[in-house]
Amino acid sequence: MPTVYVNDKPVEIGTQKLNCVQAAELAGVEVPHYCYHPGLSVVASCRMCMVETGDLKDGKVTMIPKVFPGCQTPVKDGTVIVTGDYGKHDSKVPKLPYDPAYKPGERAKKSQADTLEGLLLNHPLDCPVCDKAGECKLQDYSYQYGRSESRLVDEKNTPPNKPHLSSKITLFTDRCILCTRCVRFTREISGTAELQVVGRGHHEEIDVFPGRPLENKLSGNVVDLCPVGALGSKDFLYTQRVWYLKNTDNVCPGCSTGCSIVTDTNKDIVYRLRARTNPDAQGYFMCDEGRWGYHYTRSTDRLTRPMAKVGGTWQPANWTQLLPKLKYAVDEAVLMSPKRVAVVLSPFLTVEEAYALGSGFKKMSDQVRLVLGPVPAVGEDDHYPKDVKGNPVQPTKFTIRAEKCPNRKGVAAVLTQLQGEVIPFESLVPEFGQLSALWFAGGYPNPEWVNDAVKAPHTPPALLVVQDFFPTKLSEAATYWLPATAAFEKEGTFVNHAGLVQTFARAAKPPVETRSELQLAFDLGNRRGLANVAAVRKDVAKAMPAFANLADVKLPTTGKRLELATV
Amino acid sequence: MPLTESDVTWVQEPKLGLLGQLYLPAIADGLMTTVGHMFKKKVTELYPEQEPKLPPNYRGVHRLNRDSEGRTKCVACYMCATACPAHCIDIVAAPAPEGWKDREKYPETFVIDELRCIYCGMCEEACPVDAIELTTLYDLTGLSREQMIFDKEKLLSVFDVTTKAGTDPVRTRSGELGPASEPPPAK
Repeated sequence: MPTVYVNDKPVEIGTQKLNCVQAAELAGVEVPHYCYHPGLSVVASCRMCMVETGDLKDGKVTMIPKVFPGCQTPVKDGTVIVTGDYGKHDSKVPKLPYDPAYKPGERAKKSQADTLEGLLLNHPLDCPVCDKAGECKLQDYSYQYGRSESRLVDEKNTPPNKPHLSSKITLFTDRCILCTRCVRFTREISGTAELQVVGRGHHEEIDVFPGRPLENKLSGNVVDLCPVGALGSKDFLYTQRVWYLKNTDNVCPGCSTGCSIVTDTNKDIVYRLRARTNPDAQGYFMCDEGRWGYHYTRSTDRLTRPMAKVGGTWQPANWTQLLPKLKYAVDEAVLMSPKRVAVVLSPFLTVEEAYALGSGFKKMSDQVRLVLGPVPAVGEDDHYPKDVKGNPVQPTKFTIRAEKCPNRKGVAAVLTQLQGEVIPFESLVPEFGQLSALWFAGGYPNPEWVNDAVKAPHTPPALLVVQDFFPTKLSEAATYWLPATAAFEKEGTFVNHAGLVQTFARAAKPPVETRSELQLAFDLGNRRGLANVAAVRKDVAKAMPAFANLADVKLPTTGKRLELATV
Repeated sequence: MPLTESDVTWVQEPKLGLLGQLYLPAIADGLMTTVGHMFKKKVTELYPEQEPKLPPNYRGVHRLNRDSEGRTKCVACYMCATACPAHCIDIVAAPAPEGWKDREKYPETFVIDELRCIYCGMCEEACPVDAIELTTLYDLTGLSREQMIFDKEKLLSVFDVTTKAGTDPVRTRSGELGPASEPPPAK
């Protein structure tokens, strides 16, 4: 087995093609870097990942008498890597037979300190007002490897800021360290190539062509990629200091790609979404629509308390009085004519919610119909990178799906399990007038998606309960209009377009008067107490073989791929 | 670490002699102290008619300092709010108004709950631009809780009052504490 030695520690690399940074990561050693990113091409321009390399052959170590950029140096069997952190290595690991005159790690450490001093020459000391402070690689590394004082006697370069770079993104030019990650991103991943480096030497700057701002559907990723505070999202600018934020691993509900994301919240308010690396779901990035699409949860139009229609007008209701009424009305409708009762489960529900609601109604009567809610589709799947004319180029590195819901596959699988078939919403719409009761568990961030599916106003069913964020044609005709919860406000499981099952935790509490869909399913289905996601998850795992490994509560955060034969 | 026997020194009270047992020298000694005070300078102050003179490092009501152009010095970095052990500082940051060439960020609102504050002075210590200072104003009163929640205008007016009265000259100058408070580069 090919073995690489990182700070004396042997690591088996198998058949992987790795560079020194990746090999060191396998050994648990961090090699500091700015320009290297596993999703982008290697340019070795920041010179921060300098390592000493050599060869172990016939029991003898031969070191190369100069330092190499770790990101650009591939490893092979017997490669010896010595990083600047050699002083901190595990002393229990037996030392390699170095030349007695060789001092491991000294050159790399010196090189990193020098690199950092060079990067900091023109970097302004505005950490107190920089949004990146607290998660800035420049801060971290200068704390670890740098020196505390600047020796620069001249005045620093202070090029003007470029807020015109994009409508969503601003550039603090003086903070930039020219790692060119953003430039490579627009060239290699989005393919739109808006960003470039202009100028030479100390006058190098990131810029766009006049009249061609950074406007593409993936532009927000350059903010995540920027290792310093140069590129800032105008949406997040100055709203929070990052050390106040609570980071929760989550799944983007924007489309059926189901990007792994990190939701940053403070006091139950979502401030920022960031992409989380997940090679199974989407890779390293996410689209702007998802990144900045969380604002609907804070919209003033959002329904935050249950409403009941009294004499043709909406009256706020309270849950303690409303729940028995709701339960009685639903029970009665099912008892009278179960065939005329339908439950719509939207593709925005989690697997647990769909299962709890569906199985609850099926328990009341097997003849109740479960219907898959309207599946919103906007345009066509959008593949990146694109060429100059906007045509997708192979190999595809990122896809924004046309299906704008996170869990159609999951809900469809639940429906197939519970009633053997998936009834589309369109087939139910003409029958609205004949229904005695319709429960619509929605949660649509865009009311138009429901309006489009309902089309012309039909005679509403006698009892219409709608759970949704915003007023729609359906909620206008409803008897009861209940608030919904967003994906950030609940725990659950989504199944993406490819059958990847991802569980996620709750990032923020929903508004006070909101009951989650799962809690409502508990209340209606006579399950007592507070909604328990883990218990439902176990039920799902037991009932549906495809979800069997959901019972394993500690799912890896990156998710598991399920082969769902049903969809 | 527990104490050992060698760490302890036992002290015995000295035995009283005949003179000590009479108590007369002790009474005379006590009277000397009393009589001595009758001829010393009086320390009683007639508050509130007579106000005390406090040392300049007294930690009273906060103020937000103004720069030479009368704008608030604060850059809304949240360092004071982060350092505050009582969580009494609430800041909302915003991009600086158009004409402010030397900074990008300023506090849209800056609120201190003076009732929550424990007057420890950590905010002053944390501030990288010397924008917040504690003054010698000590007689802080209000008729309601709301009155004791000081907003930006109120805190700036404390600056105006204390600097005009001369009780609290601005103690620190931009650039003295750290490089983050360095003056803007000359264009």
